Amino acid sequence: MPKVTVDGTELEVPAGATILQACELAGKEIPRFCYHERLSIAGNCRMCLVEVAPGPPKPQASCALPAAEGQTIRTNSEMVQKAREGVMEFLLINHPLDCPICDQGGECDLQDQSLNYGRGATRYDENKRAVTEKHMGPLIKTAMTRCIHCTRCVRFSEEIAGVDEIGALYRGENMQITTYLEQAAKHEMSANVIDLCPVGALTSRPYAFEARPWELKKTLSIDISDACGANIRVDSRGREVLRVLPRVNDDVNEEWISDKARYMCEGLTRRRLDQPWIRKGGKLQPATWEEAFAAIKRINPGENIAALAGDTLDCETMFAAKKLVAALGSTMLEGRQTGMDYDTSSMAAVNFNSGLAGIEAADAILIVGSHVRWEAPLVNVRLRKAVKRGAKVFLIGPDWETTFGGEFLGDDLSLLGNLPGHVADALKSAERPAIIVGGGAIAKGAIPPALALAAQYNLVRDGWNGFNVLHLAAARMGGLMLGFAQKGGLADIVAAKPKMVISLAADEVDYTKFADSMIVYVGHHGDAGAHAADIILPAAAYTEKAGTYVNTEGRVQFAEKAVFAPGDAREDWTILRAMADALGVEVGFDRFEELRAAMIAEVSALGVEGLADYGNVLPDGNAAPVSVVIGYPVKDFYLTNSICRASATMQRCSAELIDRDEIAEAAE
Amino acid sequence: MADRHLEPDTPELRERWGGFTWTPEWESKAKAAIARYPDGRQKSAVMALLDFAQRQVGQETGTQGWLPLPVMEFIARSLDMPVIRVLEVATFYTMYNLVPVGKFHVQVCGTTPCMLRGSDDILETCAKRGMKKGHTTDDGLWTLTEVECMGNCATAPMVQINDDNFEDLTAQRIEYVLDELAAGNKPKAGTQEPGRHTSEPLGGPTTLKEMVTENHDYRGGR
Repeated sequence: MPKVTVDGTELEVPAGATILQACELAGKEIPRFCYHERLSIAGNCRMCLVEVAPGPPKPQASCALPAAEGQTIRTNSEMVQKAREGVMEFLLINHPLDCPICDQGGECDLQDQSLNYGRGATRYDENKRAVTEKHMGPLIKTAMTRCIHCTRCVRFSEEIAGVDEIGALYRGENMQITTYLEQAAKHEMSANVIDLCPVGALTSRPYAFEARPWELKKTLSIDISDACGANIRVDSRGREVLRVLPRVNDDVNEEWISDKARYMCEGLTRRRLDQPWIRKGGKLQPATWEEAFAAIKRINPGENIAALAGDTLDCETMFAAKKLVAALGSTMLEGRQTGMDYDTSSMAAVNFNSGLAGIEAADAILIVGSHVRWEAPLVNVRLRKAVKRGAKVFLIGPDWETTFGGEFLGDDLSLLGNLPGHVADALKSAERPAIIVGGGAIAKGAIPPALALAAQYNLVRDGWNGFNVLHLAAARMGGLMLGFAQKGGLADIVAAKPKMVISLAADEVDYTKFADSMIVYVGHHGDAGAHAADIILPAAAYTEKAGTYVNTEGRVQFAEKAVFAPGDAREDWTILRAMADALGVEVGFDRFEELRAAMIAEVSALGVEGLADYGNVLPDGNAAPVSVVIGYPVKDFYLTNSICRASATMQRCSAELIDRDEIAEAAE
Repeated sequence: MADRHLEPDTPELRERWGGFTWTPEWESKAKAAIARYPDGRQKSAVMALLDFAQRQVGQETGTQGWLPLPVMEFIARSLDMPVIRVLEVATFYTMYNLVPVGKFHVQVCGTTPCMLRGSDDILETCAKRGMKKGHTTDDGLWTLTEVECMGNCATAPMVQINDDNFEDLTAQRIEYVLDELAAGNKPKAGTQEPGRHTSEPLGGPTTLKEMVTENHDYRGGR
């Protein structure tokens, strides 16, 4: 623990800390462009110069200099100020003065820091450098003349994303950042380089020229595009969500979000249901709320009612539906839309017990039936970190392009009971072995054999729980906690032939099985569910309601309401409350606070932000795995829910990044 | 320095170079270069392999050689590294040619010492022969590049042609060198000053004179 003095304040810093970190601990702000906490140190922007004694009598780049015992650091001396002004002047030599038309304006590091270190006028009267724009795909807009060569984007794609695609070509003044042959950046986290870019060289293409940061209302929310529950900030203006940015949460998403989480918000303004619809004579006709509720009253299902929860729902909506169904005397609730029927009596057996951050510490990982890159890009980042620390990764399932190496063992589930020798050895000898059971495997009944494997290899031990289930739906864990799971899955409900099915934005259900039921769709997009509906009640999307979400590791998180739902659409719980009136039953809440209180009274864990405690005891899994080929449920990363399916950007990504080869062939 | 750029990725380029593999001669050299580095560090051999590939391309085209994109992709594959990293190396170092060059790549040093000693005359002579900076002559013989210091300031001005340096040049001497090369001969590399071997002072040593004949101890009478 070296002791250093920063501007006269003496403090102890952790061993291995850099001078920049020491200064931050002392509360001094050090300007920087290339340095980033989560990336390797490059030390090439030179903005973080400080004066260090003992040492050479010149300013030192603090980001790359280890703090040592007895150093005296000055961050505000005249030498430092002058040196930084010099660096800034050099950076600005080739930087265009196009801030008024630059999308980074208002949130630009260079702009902010030139306020402190910039000269009022330029002394440079040569020609400025100009660089051609580079194509980086449908998400990243480039203006490479603005680039200051910090190489954050290069380091991100190499170190975090694990896809070496961005590089710095040529050298010196001619250096250019580009992808190979200007191909599109092709991974699921690519747009994070937009946040990383300290200037306006890489900006968001769909958001180009949409708004200025100071016009936007910032709302803290939770991402619902996958089950990781990434912490996001929703930026909105008026009634429109303009963009989604990540929030820092080291336990969940660090400071990254997937491209889908970032750009599906564009789908919130398209294909929206903004008024009720009623099917008359086989055709959906616009209606008023009164007509819709009258129609529901006419159905009069009694106890013959079921509720199906979609993948993106908040807990409050599911709880309100549960109350309504219960008040009518039914218990038919299901959220697993594709018919999965795994046992949910123990939540620990369906949870990502190691935790998203914890999986980094695993040293042997067996992934069963999960295309992690598409199903949970944030987990993929963690797996890559684990492998960098020396973890061995084995995968069962069809091949996909991993970013962390790993060995594919085959795509037959029965491998689970008959692991090859070296895999078994690796799991046995590991200190913190882990298994990740993905959606593709769960659907084939992999949880019981995985539990047996967990017991066999002692995956749960002191201070470590290596049994993990990786869900795909943001609503899944919350739904399971609230009891949205029949013993026989969706088949139970189909067999019961309910008179009325409340579909809560459930778009993945095969509604042909419910041909005899009246389907009341409470959702926000005109997607598959709405097409099958008999009555459509327009509801709110995730940005338009406050809600509680539980991610795949059982982390309870709260999202706030950013904007109002469009047109006549209402928040889901109010619709369900009004439906209770129409059906003549009492659900016991009139206000959102009452609903939330009732929910917490029933499932207390939903009231506390943070990890829900499911215990460490796994049930016995006795079944031997059957021999069945695993498939992955996600066929197209960019089009997994109704919101992103409505987003033009996501459709373009899908066309350009996933189906591109097929399109090229078709054109020939 | 000439503005460096990549040769465009065209179907013709792919067709011509897509099937690039080592000839046995270069393959054994490539293997030896890779074997110099420990397991898992094969990509350290990228610079050597790029050089070999450029030379093999040179042999195949009868020029000094260059690096077509498919060849760089071939090297990336053989070293199991991302192609963008290979491209970064190839674009950084100016001795890797990114576009086709002629049989002789004439690199004229134009940095201060050479300029003071008459590199402008050299460039003028080259221009008279139809060479243009950054271009290859129509007969495919000459590519002219003006480069920065090559470290031969003691024998300035100098020109590097393919693997050889020609130093102490004058307009007449570079004419002679170029004539010889064009005729298919091999002019003497190094200094062109009669009586000079390398970069020693003209007219005999000016310092350390006692060292010429014996190992003199300058420390005094001890």
